[in-house]
Amino acid sequence: MSHAYELVVSGVGAPRPRRTLEATSPRRGEKVVQASLAACAVLSVLVTTAIVVSLLTPTIGFFREVSIVEFLTSTTWAPAFARPSFGVWPIVVGTLMVVFFALIVAIPIGLACAVYLSEYASRRVRGVVKPVLEVLEGIPTVATGLFAFFFLTPLAKQILPFLPWQGPFSIGVAGVAVGLLIVPLVSSVSDDAMRSVPAGLREGAYALGANKLRVTTRVVFPAAISGVVAAVVLGTSRAIGETMVVLIAAGAGNPNLSFDPTKGIQTMTAYIGGRATGDIAMGTIVYDTIFAVGTLLFIMTLSMNMLAIRLVRRFREVYE
Amino acid sequence: MPSRQTTNETLSSTDRRVAALAPGPPVNIATGQAADPGAGEREVTFRLEGVSVRYGEALAVKDVTMDIHHKDITALIGPSGCGKSTLLRCLNRMNDLIPSARVSGRLWYHGEDVYGPKVDPVQVRKLIGMVFQKPNPFPKSIYDNVAFGPRTTGMKGDMDEIVERALRSAALWDEVKDRLKENAYGMSGGQQQRLCIARCIATEPDVILMDEPCSALDPISTARIEDLMHELKEQYTIVIVTHNMQQAARVSDRTAFFTAEVDEATDVRTGVLVEYDRTEKVFSNPGDERTENYVTGRFG
Repeated sequence: MSHAYELVVSGVGAPRPRRTLEATSPRRGEKVVQASLAACAVLSVLVTTAIVVSLLTPTIGFFREVSIVEFLTSTTWAPAFARPSFGVWPIVVGTLMVVFFALIVAIPIGLACAVYLSEYASRRVRGVVKPVLEVLEGIPTVATGLFAFFFLTPLAKQILPFLPWQGPFSIGVAGVAVGLLIVPLVSSVSDDAMRSVPAGLREGAYALGANKLRVTTRVVFPAAISGVVAAVVLGTSRAIGETMVVLIAAGAGNPNLSFDPTKGIQTMTAYIGGRATGDIAMGTIVYDTIFAVGTLLFIMTLSMNMLAIRLVRRFREVYE
Repeated sequence: MPSRQTTNETLSSTDRRVAALAPGPPVNIATGQAADPGAGEREVTFRLEGVSVRYGEALAVKDVTMDIHHKDITALIGPSGCGKSTLLRCLNRMNDLIPSARVSGRLWYHGEDVYGPKVDPVQVRKLIGMVFQKPNPFPKSIYDNVAFGPRTTGMKGDMDEIVERALRSAALWDEVKDRLKENAYGMSGGQQQRLCIARCIATEPDVILMDEPCSALDPISTARIEDLMHELKEQYTIVIVTHNMQQAARVSDRTAFFTAEVDEATDVRTGVLVEYDRTEKVFSNPGDERTENYVTGRFG
């Protein structure tokens, strides 16, 4: 390929050789890179599809034996009993209670944290707090679960002794622990969204005699709302799917329908996590239930995300 | 317009009216830097005495002394990096938002020290509005954009009227009266900038600072804003930074020419005031060679 260029440097005044417009090399490397990137993209789609299919096959088997009406309307969850009952509501309520308590903790703390970091904190404070938050995101959930069981629950019993506590498990405490777990996620994503609001908007508001609180609440926060909603939805999905913390702090027992936060209540994930151990017999109805519950979880997070996308489209303040 | 309080509104956040204003500082003409043309002709809105601005170690503006007069349009011109915008942002304490910025020297607003210990920057900005280089409407409706300032300052009165009056003053009412609830980002760049002017007027400031308000606009939009400035001049003191010398010549009463002195060792550009005079004088018979070179297009 170098022959085309050799003559160019051969001397001043020498006639320039005509250079061709055709490619000087087949550039195979470029095609290889493109193909391997495409393969990765296809692979991730395939894996996702495979997960859904592997969930659905046993789920279909389950619904051949149990009517979908019973699954969704009955309020007794006793799949392994001699006279089994397959009403999924008790464990759905367990999951929803975890989400409820988690969001009660995570939304105010997470957003306050984000507002502080993005608008109030000096560069030095931010330089310390932000990385610490990001490290907290990586704490193993089993550690958070132990923290909830051995520290938060006794603490809650001390602070609120008038509540009817019974046994070591509490769905409310588990929810609060999950909330603490997702605070870094909510605050970090919201903080990024608020910081990406153009500085010009802040200046415009300050120039009208607005104080910091007003600039933050009336200009920056609304402009960042789509990112903030995304943060809350991510947190919610995480709370729905959280297994280890609820398994430890809320226990895998008691599938009775209850709204009492001081009780240990089984969640959907805790049911799956508790059941899906080595001694479960494949092809039995109990085996199939974990997939049915898994599919329902998947549908819940999916509709959650779709709802969020619609909300974001509707309330987004578009700048540019 | 309702009766406008021009001189008896103070910069302090407390309601306490400063009865005895700070003693009028003498104009320092001794520096020879800023001969004050026609001093005493008109009320002085801003009096700058040896104002310097630093960003960290770097000196951005050095020792500016000048008077800015009531209901004049004062243009600040000069090449890039000569500190015009920096100086403008001192006037309403927008530089406070940049942590490393430090202002020294004295800056008086109707005899009150803008950087005095009791002065509240939020109050300063209520009285001294600003329009920016790039139109920066909020991602809200046209109505909410204009109403933002009055709502912030807790202005009394019918909000619809306040909004209409501001939009009329900014020569925008007829174009937007049927779509006040639409998002401001659906407007053209020129309309957006006039909206920003309306937003600024709605808070009833005494002074409007404009930081290259037309640099992102096409010539027709620019002409409309220049016309608007002539109308606004009846009611407001206007200080405008511009790169466009023709614009300075067309709209302003007085022109201040700045240039940048480059420190060879540190490569820091420091803005200095070269000449400040009536606009006709600066453009037809400048007193300094550097001004002449700039306004005749030989440099910059």
